[in-house]
Amino acid sequence: MNTPSSSGGSAPPGEPGAGTVLLNEGGIQRALTRIAHEIAERNEDSSKVILLGIPAGGAPLSARIAKTLEGIWNHPVPQGVLDISMHRDDLDQRAAPQVWPTHIPADVTGKTVVLVDDVLYSGRTIRAAMDSLNDFGRPAQIQLAALVDRGHRELPIKADFVGKNVPTARSEKVTVRLKEFTGTDEVVLERGGGES
Amino acid sequence: MIWTRKHLLDIESLSVEELATLLDTAMAFKSVGERAIKKVPALRGKTVVNLFVEPSTRTRISFELSEQRLSADIIDFTAEASSLKKGETLKDTARTLEALNADFIVIRHSASGAPHFLSRVLDAHVINAGDGAHEHPTQALLDMLTIREKKGRIAGLNVTILGDILYSRVARSDIWALTKLGAHVTLCGPSTLVPKSFERLGCRVTHRLEEAIRDADVINLLRIQHERQRRSMFPSLNEYVNLFGLSKQRLALTKPDAMIMHPGPVNRGVEIDSDIADGERSVILQQVTNGLAVRMAALFLINGGGGPQAVAV
Repeated sequence: MNTPSSSGGSAPPGEPGAGTVLLNEGGIQRALTRIAHEIAERNEDSSKVILLGIPAGGAPLSARIAKTLEGIWNHPVPQGVLDISMHRDDLDQRAAPQVWPTHIPADVTGKTVVLVDDVLYSGRTIRAAMDSLNDFGRPAQIQLAALVDRGHRELPIKADFVGKNVPTARSEKVTVRLKEFTGTDEVVLERGGGES
Repeated sequence: MIWTRKHLLDIESLSVEELATLLDTAMAFKSVGERAIKKVPALRGKTVVNLFVEPSTRTRISFELSEQRLSADIIDFTAEASSLKKGETLKDTARTLEALNADFIVIRHSASGAPHFLSRVLDAHVINAGDGAHEHPTQALLDMLTIREKKGRIAGLNVTILGDILYSRVARSDIWALTKLGAHVTLCGPSTLVPKSFERLGCRVTHRLEEAIRDADVINLLRIQHERQRRSMFPSLNEYVNLFGLSKQRLALTKPDAMIMHPGPVNRGVEIDSDIADGERSVILQQVTNGLAVRMAALFLINGGGGPQAVAV
């Protein structure tokens, strides 16, 4: 199975060093720590929170945030993976997307689900994620955490917790490289290229 | 890798990467069947025609359920109750179905190459659900998924296919898939049903059962296909059972962790002892469950509209 280093843009793995670094390893770590604290602040009843990462990039980020939250709350935080590819709205316009196994650690009904994604862009992924989540139960609340919000929303969706807001042009690409996939942690803004 | 094929016609033409993508995708779809709501909207609004010109029960219901789980609309077209009985050609039947805006045609046919023919004359996506003695690609995929799940890998395993190889499309598809994925394949059965010519496909051929099963990690038993044999290929069923039936005594000669597969329908007491079919080494029912996953994966992948792979945005 591929282990993509990117999302939010269709950049292939590799070409390190190209473009502007938006967040380095320390920057990503601080952003995730802050997101974890904001999640803790927003959700007084810590026993109700379930974190679900959206593959590829959101999955390791969700695991990292859950770990920080465990330190804050002093109890394990259920954390899983929510694949959205079967609920996409562009399935017959592009080659088939890679499908990832979904893992929901506990019943989501009545819980607060925090969706975690690496890059928030058009919002269509999040729309698909909410549809997908519907098949597993009825959460009391869904919140959204994104490492980078690059704007250009096409749907009325906004993030509750954002690591970094980055104004971008549509022609630019935001590439997130994570240790779990490529051995390095960085978020890079690449100019030019096509619409992604 | 980016999936670019519009049809699933055979295993022979697939690359190792394509096989791996199909199996990885199937793993993700497998969990859909374990949810409370066993349905995803991936093929919503699409129409699938199940064109089963040759009778089939398990493959047909497996395809049907896979299509339902992907939210497709389904038309069933079986030979017994159709215009094919009235002399319509396959091409005319298929074009009629396409005029109804069918997006996918899943075809089972007694003639080898029928799905390939349809893929040339139609715009719809075509999936081969078994053509003559040629190939049965989704059966091979579910076999690979089951082996990979149980053994953790396929490369390097000793896989023995036992029984009617000559008339078996399952055997051909399995041989292509197994050899591409790096397994060592042994074929065994009566010399009339397992000709030496199969060695050209990269398999070992033997007519001695003990030799074939001794080192096997996987034993795949095939049904004796009475309906495809133009003349009797072995003297009697009893003799076949005596020489090639998998009995408890023979099972004792195998490795303790050798797994037993069978594509069904099982002739209990012929190719396999009834207790073995129900025993803990048997994965026959897991094969059925995995059939749904690989068929969902195949439909999902070929549905892609081409162009760059969809990315999360």
